[in-house]
Amino acid sequence: MPAVTTEQVEARVVETLASFGPDADEITRESTFEELDIDSLDLVELAQVVEDEYGVVLKGEDMKELKTVGDAVDMIVSRAE
Amino acid sequence: MKRRVVITGVGCVTPLGVGAKSLHERWAAGTCGIVDGVGSCTDFEPSEHLSVKEIRRFDRFSQLAVVAAHEAIGQAGWDAERPYDPMRVGCVIGTGIGGIQTIVDQLDVMRERGPKMLSPLGIPMQMPNAAAAAVSMKYGLRGQMYGVVSACSGGAHAIGSALRMIQYEDADAVVAGGTEAAITAFGVASFVSMQALSPTGISRPFDARRDGFVMGEGAGVLVLEEASAAEARGATILGEVAGYGSTADAFHLTAPDPSGEPAARAIELALRDAGLTPADISYVNAHGTSTQLNDAAETAALKRALGEERAKKVPVSSTKSAVGHLLGAAGAVEVVATVETLATRVIPPTLGYEVPDPELDLDYVPGEARPLLPANGGAPVAISNSFAFGGHNVTLVLRGPES
Repeated sequence: MPAVTTEQVEARVVETLASFGPDADEITRESTFEELDIDSLDLVELAQVVEDEYGVVLKGEDMKELKTVGDAVDMIVSRAE
Repeated sequence: MKRRVVITGVGCVTPLGVGAKSLHERWAAGTCGIVDGVGSCTDFEPSEHLSVKEIRRFDRFSQLAVVAAHEAIGQAGWDAERPYDPMRVGCVIGTGIGGIQTIVDQLDVMRERGPKMLSPLGIPMQMPNAAAAAVSMKYGLRGQMYGVVSACSGGAHAIGSALRMIQYEDADAVVAGGTEAAITAFGVASFVSMQALSPTGISRPFDARRDGFVMGEGAGVLVLEEASAAEARGATILGEVAGYGSTADAFHLTAPDPSGEPAARAIELALRDAGLTPADISYVNAHGTSTQLNDAAETAALKRALGEERAKKVPVSSTKSAVGHLLGAAGAVEVVATVETLATRVIPPTLGYEVPDPELDLDYVPGEARPLLPANGGAPVAISNSFAFGGHNVTLVLRGPES
């Protein structure tokens, strides 16, 4: 499987998060989940999308360390390689 | 000494539209919200009332409850800030089934994509207490909060529980009601299987041709406050929840006790709670489902509780003739309709009632709406009945404004 690009993952993550409530325009790499009102239930759903799409498994303890959208994108990309 | 409890806000979403006024006015005008044999809330568009996050996280039964609560809270004048310590404001919302569409959807996900793909929102959306939790969270209500589950009397039990909570000082105000959204392929087919639904798709309670109920959906919510506190803050008093009585048939899983005895006892208990007698009642908002068994047993219960002579004099009409059977929402929506009836003094008719059943000989308000005439000249009193599969009987006594 060819490695995914950061841009592809970022676009997919932003699209998924936007479907949970926040406007897509408001979501940047620097946005924190807290300020986007993205909670632990949303992150479980994000993890399901990521696993389905990229085969990357994000567990509860992985998610706890994620503060920003960029953190999540970087973790997914590094594990997909 | 128990405290008095007044109604300062009402709200509902029904097949006759979004809003309590719409329900009563359209029903009184003879409009029926049942289309093709179901009472769907076709005017309800979630995105007009709720955020993306709320729509995703609330099953339809919770969405309906939150929108009904919003109307009631706005009418009570609570929208800017709550006039009570949040810890003293309760929230009780009844339902028959809870988030049935969420259960069905998640079962499909499990079968098609495996258990790992089940949504983490599945449980919090389907749990029958989800509507109460949603209303509590949205409006910051931090007193006693729970769902009530008693099939088609859930909404009425919720209001009764709220009444007790305020009467006995567990809360100073309660947001209470009922909600249901079970018009899904699975929900309808399940009721069809038990032969409860009308094969003709017509809701005509008490009529000789009645052949089952018509499924409806919706929500009704009231803001209840301790009377002196509501008066002190200058709230507009819409009416009073004056009494509550509840019993069980212990007779059959789905059929009511045909003698009407336990149901009559619920009516008697509610009147006693209110300190009133049958002579005080000016109107009965019947459970009136349009099934053979309910309408006969309810008629028997009214005669037992009110006395044959009095029962024949009091106008009895069924909201289900206009919206179908809203299951766990029915009791609450019907209380809202009764509050409007007492406030406007206009009794809406039992729509579709044309052919009397020789066995059922009360005044079921055929044809058109008529003026409500207070039995004793003062503030009019009505009762609202709710019965349910499982054998639940609930009666609420409601008092309207003086004029």
